Amino acid sequence: MIPPAFEYLRPSTIPEALAFLQQYGDDAKILSGGQSLIPMMKFRLARPGYLIDINRISGLSYIKEEGGYLKIGGLTREAELENSLLIYSKYPIIFDTARVIADPQVRNMATLAGNLAHGDPANDHPATMLALGAQVVAVGPQGERVLPIENFFVTLFTTELQNDEIVSEIRIPTPPPRSGGAYLKLERKVGDFATAGVAVQLTVDDGGIFQKVGIGLTNVGATPVKARKAEESLRGKQLDEAAIAQAAQLAADEAQPSSDLRGPAEYKKGLVKELTRRALARAYERAGK
Amino acid sequence: MAKKQLIQVKVNGRDREAQVEPRLLLVHFIRGFPGLTGTHVGCDTTHCGACTVMLNGKTIKSCTMFAVQADGCELLTVEGLMQNGKLHPLQEGFKEEHGLQCGYCTPGMLISSYALLQKNSNPTEEEIRWGISGNLCRCTGYQNIVKAVQYAVGKMGQGGQDDFPNIA
Repeated sequence: MIPPAFEYLRPSTIPEALAFLQQYGDDAKILSGGQSLIPMMKFRLARPGYLIDINRISGLSYIKEEGGYLKIGGLTREAELENSLLIYSKYPIIFDTARVIADPQVRNMATLAGNLAHGDPANDHPATMLALGAQVVAVGPQGERVLPIENFFVTLFTTELQNDEIVSEIRIPTPPPRSGGAYLKLERKVGDFATAGVAVQLTVDDGGIFQKVGIGLTNVGATPVKARKAEESLRGKQLDEAAIAQAAQLAADEAQPSSDLRGPAEYKKGLVKELTRRALARAYERAGK
Repeated sequence: MAKKQLIQVKVNGRDREAQVEPRLLLVHFIRGFPGLTGTHVGCDTTHCGACTVMLNGKTIKSCTMFAVQADGCELLTVEGLMQNGKLHPLQEGFKEEHGLQCGYCTPGMLISSYALLQKNSNPTEEEIRWGISGNLCRCTGYQNIVKAVQYAVGKMGQGGQDDFPNIA
């Protein structure tokens, strides 16, 4: 399949890329990893007249802790997250997530920023970033905007990101001691989108009482779902069977899946319930270490 | 039609250049050169991995990248594995262990296995299966592909490291 014709632009700095975006407006798309955009162009689901390839912009690929945040560059690839010792040891929820995205070849190209900017509720990082309370840093002609992830996903394939903006960084608050997280996904085969996925990030105090809980759900609605009721049900509580069961049921209630080839809606709700239960248990176990 | 752009790509150690339309997929650019049709177009939708090549040392699916993106880069395709008329231990393994039936997925399987062994010279069976998880085979059931990779591991463990081509 040959995509429709387009003009190819390769800026070497962010200001240059922003100038192209200003010049070509709605007819331009940013080409980052391209692992969603190029297939969409082949299927004529996207027909940009101009592709602005940002892959050669230097300084946009990094994973570092700074000023109370984990900062991930706009061009950081999934494979880099998967192979980062910092991510593996301190942010296992991101390791869990990166590892189950597509397959090794795709992960060598695909970026975290693209996974979010694409606005696809079937993507895996949105749920994880909702659980972590991340911020998306967008640069545009007016400068930088810091967008909380809770408000980032507007509707299917639509985010708060404006046409003249580029995601330059993702910021994740450094978790306090006794924090843990996990992402669990059921997929029919390696590389498939999730039938459903659940991300949990939590912090407990010395007595094992929940201080903070973030829960995000993958592919069970028009946008990635933040399971607020499930989160609130756990705050101030001790983890026990009853608390887990209640939170898992609330998360399932908040999911709004539709029936498709991956299964009927009721099955997916049941899946959210079970994955929430397991993700809470794993996250709690990791918080203890 | 968008205007063509001149690109230069090193393929298996040899400089190649061409005027390409931006929408030309990397896999079609590669296959356009005589003797470089080993890289296959399978599903054409980023699933099957038959088009897998190494770009600057990392595996990618060449049906999901434009040739213009590879400008100035180094590529390794299946044709680059054989050195001085001698099969790479992985190729030998696929032959000896019947790691293929129809052979369509084989070039991609070889490149993914090659990339795996570069990172991990003694992978477990699980690691091998993980390493080739982006490559589909509809014939073998993967058993013999895993054996083929294990064959190469055994062979290269006996001081065969120099069999790696020094490219990509």
